[in-house]
Amino acid sequence: MTHSAASPHPSHPEQALDTADRVVGSDLTARSVAFDAEEQGALAALGVEGEVVVGRQASLWGDAWRRLVRNRLAVIGMIVVVTFIVLAILAPLLAPYDESEVVDVRLARYHPSWTWPLGLDRNGRDIFSRLLYGARVSLMVGVVSYIIVLAIAIPIGSLAGYYGGFVDNVLMRGVDIIFTIPQVLLVLMVVNWRGPGLTNIFLAIGLIGWVTEARLIRGQMLLLREQEYVKASRVAGAKAPYIIFRHLLPNSLTPIIVAATFGIPAAIFTEAAISFVGVGIRPPQASWGQMVGEASRPSDIQTDPHMLIFPVIAIGLTMLGFTFLGDGLRDALDPKGNE
Amino acid sequence: MLRYAIHRSLWFIPTLLGMTAVTFIIMQLTPGSPFSPSAANGITPEMIAALEHKYGLDKPIYERFGLYVWHSLQSDFGVSYQYRPQEVRDIIARSFPISLQLGTMATALAVLVGMSLGVMAAVNQNGVVDYISVTSAILFYSMPNFVMGFLLILTFAVWLPHHGIDIGLRVSGWEGPRDWILPTIALAAAPLATLARYTRSSMIDVIRSDYVRTARAKGLAERKVVLKHVLKNALIPVVTLIGPIFAAVATGSFFVEQVFNIPGMGKYYVQSMQTKDQPMILAVTLIFGIFLALMNLLVDIAYGLIDPRIRY
Repeated sequence: MTHSAASPHPSHPEQALDTADRVVGSDLTARSVAFDAEEQGALAALGVEGEVVVGRQASLWGDAWRRLVRNRLAVIGMIVVVTFIVLAILAPLLAPYDESEVVDVRLARYHPSWTWPLGLDRNGRDIFSRLLYGARVSLMVGVVSYIIVLAIAIPIGSLAGYYGGFVDNVLMRGVDIIFTIPQVLLVLMVVNWRGPGLTNIFLAIGLIGWVTEARLIRGQMLLLREQEYVKASRVAGAKAPYIIFRHLLPNSLTPIIVAATFGIPAAIFTEAAISFVGVGIRPPQASWGQMVGEASRPSDIQTDPHMLIFPVIAIGLTMLGFTFLGDGLRDALDPKGNE
Repeated sequence: MLRYAIHRSLWFIPTLLGMTAVTFIIMQLTPGSPFSPSAANGITPEMIAALEHKYGLDKPIYERFGLYVWHSLQSDFGVSYQYRPQEVRDIIARSFPISLQLGTMATALAVLVGMSLGVMAAVNQNGVVDYISVTSAILFYSMPNFVMGFLLILTFAVWLPHHGIDIGLRVSGWEGPRDWILPTIALAAAPLATLARYTRSSMIDVIRSDYVRTARAKGLAERKVVLKHVLKNALIPVVTLIGPIFAAVATGSFFVEQVFNIPGMGKYYVQSMQTKDQPMILAVTLIFGIFLALMNLLVDIAYGLIDPRIRY
């Protein structure tokens, strides 16, 4: 066991159990963490507390980047994700039509052709343009909801992890309770309460999604606060906020980044799922999930499958891209995976 | 162990109460009562007041919460606003077995196939089986289940019949085995892939361990090494995944039921969302929550029994 290797992704047995609760899709972290936990146990048995961090920050990121681009799947994932982001940002420039613009109502359900490469939907709107605008919605949901998630999770996770004791107990019991209800159901309920629309979807995903990340950050804090350099800092008279912002959070950055590469697609998926069942984004605004929902009437699937195929592929491809990238990032940032 | 089991079971009660409270409060905050769209059907404010009184909506919130908990304990979840005069209890009694059947089949498929694939991949590490299962696992487990469902529908109901191949699988309804296969696959795909990957890496960890090296060194047959030493120890951590897998399957069934038009709880849940059928929403959320909490409880206790290293 090479405990002297730099590990920016240390773990804690309790966190392993916590993160193991994550549902499919974002459960990668769970897996890596669960194994880390075993190693951690072994370390504890050897009387080694925590892990020693060697090397400068710059070389860590440099190494990570080199490892990332050597991983073929991660590069594919990166290309998919970058393409998705660029298309989403440039949507208004690239799209031949507006998202709600009806090209020609008499040509509704027109199959793919040279004029309209992906065809027209049931209302005669250009599917290609709607997909581009849908990417915009997905990207915004991913980014904005995740910012809300972090804005809630970082303070709560830090406080619970750093102070422990009563605060920790109360917060984590609350988190446990929220965890019992499937997250998508809660998001559905919150959107139902706040009404449809993009802002409410941000809010709903943010208000529900912080739970997982708060647990992760708490686990990090629990582990890091026992490290020598943190003790040294405390002995030298540093106050809690200084220690949290100067030492604990920067050292939790890599697991947070890895969690983000799974949290962002999870948010994108959640929006697609709730829009698919008709609770999220309402037409004529375009969203991939809503396009799937609209095109999925049994009679339409037989006669006009093109309305369904393209948004389904768009969601699938985006999820795949993020997973490849996330897998690669985790391996690249975790030197233990370095053969 | 017994103490742990009791302690863990007692936590069940506050968890359930908390869960009920969270759901109840969100539902109370949700504007609009089922009686408000009144202009068209000519309901007067007095009638609304009478109706609200009849359903107990005019009492203060804590009283309603207490009453709700009290009634739910007697499995009385009230009358569905949407399907009046049907009781929520009866709708759930009808739809829950369908969801349960779908979920059980999907879990069984995921566990059996996922674990076997993982074991086979680890034993033939870097072989053909390994390569195929790792690649398909990564494709499957990033695919949302409703996307998976539609890909299956497009393949088996559009693409194959278009080429003159019809293997007789149906994509809508829940009548018999021909309807069951595709939804089960759609729901099982992601957990199956997760289990396969997890089992594989767990196996490889154990294969590299010292006691397995010792077992080989003393001349044990490879078959015996795998069956007696590797498998037993490698599958223990996999058990922790069963809880999250139940959760994934349960949540996933909401969307898969929608995709394949299956009259399970998920389909009713989505409809109740759209019609503000509060008793239905509350009851379905609660039953899912109880079910998942119960499963997690069992998995936790089972884990303690299986792994003698764990002491509570």
